[in-house]
Amino acid sequence: MIKARFSMFRENVRMSVTNILSNKMRTFLTILGIIIGVAAVIAMITTVSGVAGEITSQFAAMGTGKFSVSASGTQLRPGLTETDLKTLRGIPNVSGISVSMQNDVIARHGIEWSDEVTMEGRNTVYFLHNDNMIARGRGVSILDEEQRARVCLISTGLQEQLFYGHDPLGEQLFLDGHTFTIIGVLSDENDNDVMTQAMGNNDNEKIIVPYTTAMRMSRTAYIQNIEVYVEDTQQQEETIDRVKETLKRIYNGHDDDTYTVINMSVLMDSLNKITGMMTTMLAGIAGISLLVGGIGIMNMMLVSVTERTMEIGLRKALGAEPSMIQMQFLIEAFILSTLGGAIGAVLGVAVSVLLCNAMDITFVLSWSAIALGVGFSALVGLVFGWAPARKASALNPIDALRAA
Amino acid sequence: MSTYFSMRDIVKTYRVGEEDQMVLRHINLDITEGEFLSILGPSGSGKSTMMNIIGCLDTPTSGDYILKDRNIGRLSQHELAQIRCHEIGFIFQQFQLLPRLDAMENVELPLIYAGIGRSERQQLARKMLIRVGLADRMHHYPNQLSGGQQQRVAIARALAANPTLLLADEPTGALDQSTGRQVMQLFHELNDEGRTVIMITHDLSIARHARRIVNILDGVLSEGVSEYD
Repeated sequence: MIKARFSMFRENVRMSVTNILSNKMRTFLTILGIIIGVAAVIAMITTVSGVAGEITSQFAAMGTGKFSVSASGTQLRPGLTETDLKTLRGIPNVSGISVSMQNDVIARHGIEWSDEVTMEGRNTVYFLHNDNMIARGRGVSILDEEQRARVCLISTGLQEQLFYGHDPLGEQLFLDGHTFTIIGVLSDENDNDVMTQAMGNNDNEKIIVPYTTAMRMSRTAYIQNIEVYVEDTQQQEETIDRVKETLKRIYNGHDDDTYTVINMSVLMDSLNKITGMMTTMLAGIAGISLLVGGIGIMNMMLVSVTERTMEIGLRKALGAEPSMIQMQFLIEAFILSTLGGAIGAVLGVAVSVLLCNAMDITFVLSWSAIALGVGFSALVGLVFGWAPARKASALNPIDALRAA
Repeated sequence: MSTYFSMRDIVKTYRVGEEDQMVLRHINLDITEGEFLSILGPSGSGKSTMMNIIGCLDTPTSGDYILKDRNIGRLSQHELAQIRCHEIGFIFQQFQLLPRLDAMENVELPLIYAGIGRSERQQLARKMLIRVGLADRMHHYPNQLSGGQQQRVAIARALAANPTLLLADEPTGALDQSTGRQVMQLFHELNDEGRTVIMITHDLSIARHARRIVNILDGVLSEGVSEYD
């Protein structure tokens, strides 16, 4: 009996394939909707997740394992002092604090004057985490920090402006009337500093000095912007909470507008959420075209049932049971939609490869998108094939034969 | 000879618009096994309805149709399909071959529904096609065969599942006289093998091939040939 059932199933598949192949043009037009739908689903999911991956990895490079604190402080305490920094550094899981001061200065070497350039005060931790910043020479050392040394690093743009190609290392530079010794040249690489990136302050013209030196030059004891590096990124949230507590203590409980903690991983979470929503939405839109494709299949199957009324009647006269007739038409709808799904999958992958190349994103073959597209199209075939198959199975054999 | 089927007071009405139209009026008919019967009647006389009821394609509105001790009116769709599959071989005026299947595959159709495996099916189909004299036409498609050959494929198909009853609806209606005679010759042979043959026709000369003729006119059945034409 099982053998007979299997034999029946095989015959059904064979009959369906024969029928599908006998009218190639109509078959193609029928499954075109499914092909486009599946191709759209796959192309959209693949491309959107590619773009999202790209953005995420850029953000990740910028912001994992650290967060930034911007402390404008109170009127009496307009920022963080050295002591405060020491307190913050003492918090468990804090591996280091990078400091950022910014002033505008005019640089002079010999008779060459620069335009107004940004002078950044930095510390050793900054160079530790941005070692790609130094093209030649060295960064700021702890000794420089402690001695408030008059040393500086200059950007390549400034080097070209003031030194005409001769080596600036060891040369003197006058910044607002103070003499500095050049210890390094900065590369053209952007630094990973969140605040600098966020402010879009990426011009080539800049000078970096020890932050202590910068503080003295601007006659301040307060620092507004720092980046806190954590040791264990898993515990970043807890560390942030502890830093917030400490800051609240530092400002005697004034926690409105005195300090802000910007956590990149939180930004990344919401970014992921947005791209996830985008993917779902686009897949949903593509899903609608699949639905329309399914209606196309239903239409074709209904036409097919009407056309083959005599055949259905004959099969019934020869002993076919309604369930067998229903199975035959259901298999046909299933084969149609799955065929459409398979062609659509190939097309979708091809389109994604082209799109990814055009947008300069790495193409990642998404098996889940393919499975979703093909699976959904097969399901569409079953759902929309059911009604016509049901209609065929319910045909009265006499009416069916008489119609011939 | 035992009774093959008996019809008792069969009535069939169809609803046409507002009123019921009685197509078969209180028909009584007994057939013994191995009989060769013609049902003769003009178009619209109700003979197609008779065929549908005898062939278990339709059930009577009232009355009992007892086929081999089973009351057809009380059977389920599934049981009716089983009877059509194993007991009855249909032969139609327009042959009703499936155009996309070759002769062999057409003959195999009822065997598929009888649940017979592929190799046995092909063996049986081949045997039947040889039986009707189409040994050299097994893989021809219907449109490559003449009318007579197509009808012989249809007969092979009707015989494939080894039914006890052959039910033919105007089997020579689409054939010329000489091929019609060949088909009739085949029917005689099959009847001689012990199969019950029932033939529905409007043509008296064809009907005369049978050993017994019943006449149907306006839904009323009568024994013998009536003088309707």
